[in-house]
Amino acid sequence: MKIAIASGKGGTGKTTVATSLAWVAAADDRTVAYLDCDVEEPNGHLFLKPQILREEPINKPIPVVDQGRCTYCGLCSQACRYGAIACVGQQTLIFTELCHACGGCSLVCPENAIREVPKPIGHLRTGASGPVQFVEGVLNVGEAMSPPAIRAVKGAAPNVELTILDCPPGTSCPVIESVRGCDLLLLVTEPTPFGLHDLKLAVEMARALRLRFGVVVNRADVGDREVWDYCRRQRIAILAEIPDDRAVAEAYSRGEMAAESVPHVAERIRGLLETIQSGARV
Amino acid sequence: MKVVVTAQGRDLDSLVDPRFGRARCFLLFDTDTGQSTAHDNVQNLNAPQGAGIQAAQTVVQLEAEAVLTGHVGPKAFATLQAGRVVIHPGATGTVRQALEELRSGRLQPAARHSSEDDHSQRLAGRNE
Repeated sequence: MKIAIASGKGGTGKTTVATSLAWVAAADDRTVAYLDCDVEEPNGHLFLKPQILREEPINKPIPVVDQGRCTYCGLCSQACRYGAIACVGQQTLIFTELCHACGGCSLVCPENAIREVPKPIGHLRTGASGPVQFVEGVLNVGEAMSPPAIRAVKGAAPNVELTILDCPPGTSCPVIESVRGCDLLLLVTEPTPFGLHDLKLAVEMARALRLRFGVVVNRADVGDREVWDYCRRQRIAILAEIPDDRAVAEAYSRGEMAAESVPHVAERIRGLLETIQSGARV
Repeated sequence: MKVVVTAQGRDLDSLVDPRFGRARCFLLFDTDTGQSTAHDNVQNLNAPQGAGIQAAQTVVQLEAEAVLTGHVGPKAFATLQAGRVVIHPGATGTVRQALEELRSGRLQPAARHSSEDDHSQRLAGRNE
């Protein structure tokens, strides 16, 4: 089973929930992999402290135009959804920093004038944290397009019973790439106006992608009750509530997993795992 | 000579739109006939990325020889140059005033893009 953990708003506790869930499931004798898909600033390693066994470059295929064959028809430029190709006069310009490496341009080129060459954009690191298998992508500084790196992370996923995907915040391309193909999406939120606002965006995304999803309310006793009212109106399942506790923040600041250091959080995460495994309707 | 001016409206008395890629409208002005046509830029206004490049491509397709605008970023600049369009940044006031500045030679072409800070350009593209 693949569980993606996303949030809309940043800083709501995705990594806290993701690392704790991996840790609790592994302690329960399940084979578990943790994938850090937040390749722009991966931080799961701070808590899981994996031993990295293998490091390899991540490349993205970049189109290169054979100006000798190009007839400047402009089909590649029209096909590019990312505005990365301009066909002006007798030149076809490719702006590689905008390229998502989808390969569309080389497919539509009637002259076969576009070939793809690899360009390094980051690193893939794989290893293990005790019983938890660990994969993370690290995007190079200055590289703007993370989806190819996220695809590399997902491609390196080992074959295990439970795969946890720790996603980037927001609802844009990197998140879509991370959550695509998951069996269940957990949306971690906090009961504040900001948390609710971005939860709504994340819910819209999940519905557009037709994903099964449920909500985890973190720091559940702060703020107001709007998140609960919204979930009830929208018939969205709240799968777990984690209370606000200074001990969680203290553990976090020491680089410890919440479930490892704070027993009542471990209890909630175990409850979440059971709810998920019992096939709760979401 | 055909000139494109980025404009906030559809006629010569509209203000120059200082943004190139996300300009409201492109006014194509023929200095020989005094005729002008307005070309909306709706598609690029809401583009998540690459607006400057696509806008530059539009300007080239309109067969303009020069463009008057406020600010041109590095990618749009490279695209306009490839299309042999002369770039006059720093235009202000109304479209009519900008054209007059061009005619009198006060609005000079730029040799390089007007983005001083490439870092901010990269940051601006980060979330797409």
